[in-house]
Amino acid sequence: MPIANSKDMKTDIILAGVGGQGILSIATALGAAVLLENLYLKQAETHGMSQRGGAVVSHLRISEKPIASDLIPHGGADLILSVEPMEALRYLPFLKENGYLVTNTNPFVNIPDYPGIDAVMSEIRNLPHFVAIDADQIAREVGNARTSNMVMLGAASPFIHIEFSKIEAGIRSTFERKGEAIVSMNLQALHAGRQFAEANK
Amino acid sequence: MQKYLLLGAEAIGQGAIDGGLSAVYAYPGTPSTEITEYIQGSPIAAERHIHSKWSANEKTAYEAALGMSYTGKRSLVCMKHVGLNVAADAFMNSAVTGIHGGLILAVADDPSMHSSQNEQDSRYYAGFAMVPVLEPSNQQEAYDMAYEGFELSERTGLPVMLRITTRLAHSRSGIVRRELNAQRELKLPNDLRQFILLPAIARRRYNELLDKQPELKELANQSIYNQYVEGKDRSLGIICCGIAINYLNECYAESVCPYPLVKLSQYPLPEKMLNRLNEESDEILVIEEGFPLVEELLRGFFDNGARIHGRLDGRLPRAGELNTDHVGKALGLEPRQGMTVPGIIANRPPAMCQGCGHIDAYEAMNEAMAKYGKGHVFSDIGCYTLGALPPYEAINSCVDMGASITMAKGASDGGLFPSVAMIGDSTFAHSGMTALLDAVNEHAPITVVISDNESVSMTGGQDSSAEGKIEDICKGLGVDQNHIRVIVPLKKNHAEMVQIFKEELEYPGVSVIIPRRECLQRATRRKRNLSRE
Repeated sequence: MPIANSKDMKTDIILAGVGGQGILSIATALGAAVLLENLYLKQAETHGMSQRGGAVVSHLRISEKPIASDLIPHGGADLILSVEPMEALRYLPFLKENGYLVTNTNPFVNIPDYPGIDAVMSEIRNLPHFVAIDADQIAREVGNARTSNMVMLGAASPFIHIEFSKIEAGIRSTFERKGEAIVSMNLQALHAGRQFAEANK
Repeated sequence: MQKYLLLGAEAIGQGAIDGGLSAVYAYPGTPSTEITEYIQGSPIAAERHIHSKWSANEKTAYEAALGMSYTGKRSLVCMKHVGLNVAADAFMNSAVTGIHGGLILAVADDPSMHSSQNEQDSRYYAGFAMVPVLEPSNQQEAYDMAYEGFELSERTGLPVMLRITTRLAHSRSGIVRRELNAQRELKLPNDLRQFILLPAIARRRYNELLDKQPELKELANQSIYNQYVEGKDRSLGIICCGIAINYLNECYAESVCPYPLVKLSQYPLPEKMLNRLNEESDEILVIEEGFPLVEELLRGFFDNGARIHGRLDGRLPRAGELNTDHVGKALGLEPRQGMTVPGIIANRPPAMCQGCGHIDAYEAMNEAMAKYGKGHVFSDIGCYTLGALPPYEAINSCVDMGASITMAKGASDGGLFPSVAMIGDSTFAHSGMTALLDAVNEHAPITVVISDNESVSMTGGQDSSAEGKIEDICKGLGVDQNHIRVIVPLKKNHAEMVQIFKEELEYPGVSVIIPRRECLQRATRRKRNLSRE
């Protein structure tokens, strides 16, 4: 389903994770890409109390037309991009019928009643469209576990209506003050994630 | 045209800077914190020497902003909704004194209580004080209203409330900036008795405030932020306050709203516009983020039933923030459904960080308190409030800033022993000092734990105004220095900490225990910043 080539340049993304996992770094890189593309963007973030290890979500809306609501309506998201598998499932009411769920497979267990990971993964595998990726492992292979969020962005990139080169440029502009080595490592992570998604979507 | 990707809160900060700001005063509070943080990080603000240091609380912040206004300069004061309760005395009276340099009160409400203890609607305060309100519907308007708010304030001679809610405060979008205004020079008010609210002067000023009301209504009628949009289907007229218009537009993203509507972003209510809507429509739906303030005003006391719809008649939920799905339902549109959440999904509430000093303090406290049973600990607003949750379940109250100490004192007056307060360093500085004085003056047998992580942590690690001063403050207020006990809350000090608790709980006067260790989040940020330099 090559939705990235669709003519309607609009992507509604639910970004999910746990406070402290840094989901906003994904939003920042995408935001930079959006500005380069001269598209409209609205990005609702979770700040405050939930950042202390609670469930956090960001609604990221990208369009070539002005965007009304800061929040994505139920059944309206093209993509759920989650850096944690159980958190991916929490936002299913937002996903469109033919929407994609892209999630990291590594659970973040900071609650006593976290369900069995096999049960979580089987719920994910029951979905019509998903990419389940061990982004931590791929990030380590790239050279730094801290790039796992960029692996995730890469894995989601086939489903986002922004030219891939602009996402690369977004990463470049987000990390450039940290030096070329960091930029290139994050780009490598992005590519590795994209490659995985292309092969496993 | 260059666009800047800013949170609604940040857009207010930039708008105020560009509007000629000389000072921002604030106490951190979600979802308002980012306004001030943005100004603190702004190179233009630094270049222009715009004051941006945190204040001890919202009241001191508001008063300082009023003092800045006295000098003819433009000031901004920021707080969360419940912070306005703290600043209410200054705010209400500033409507009577009026202002000199433009003064904007940016207040961020938190419907759905994402990070708050209630969801009160600040627009009531503005109506109470009889000052204008600007309620932006998007990030660009947040910028524009902060920019223009100073002019509105100076034109009316009143403080202007800029009211936002969580969703706009914490959502990012592209904004376009305007020309940078000059800052104002120091100039005294023309009338040096303007700010003296002795009864004779206050009566005169109050009458002037009343006399201004028709002008405020007329300004709202003419405001570019209030718009009447025609609609063919007159079975319903819609009023959208602030960001509600976005949810309405989202419902009609693929079509056009058939009903006439008023987009409402400046108060007091624009009577002409609303009268026209009333005449042109059979029924009215009020969509507002927060309390049903407009709906209640329109409905009136003798509620005539069906004509007005909104949060009060169940057309929209009475509590919580709005969204497209709620608005769609209120309009009778077909709901869109995604998949259901699988039953295995567990809640993931926020929790104290692993290794946090508050945890060590609670573990020692719980052990020392075990013999007295549950129900002896009053707490306060901050990360340590999470000690209410398992596995600690260590506290029995969280009401308002500083209430832990005064409630412990009152409960002790009522015979509770031991009676313990658990408060953070910044909350103590905000509103705990006067509470402690009350306890000292009556030699109340309470134990006050000031869990000091040298930071305002829940809001993101801002500077605490009492840092390095807490023991001296306690001594100065009259606490016996033999009963001010400082300890580093670490596992290895557990036994010693339990012993201190046991001793001080039995002391029949005011004792203070200060477990002190820097917030882990703040320490991490500090080290990261050091390595960058």
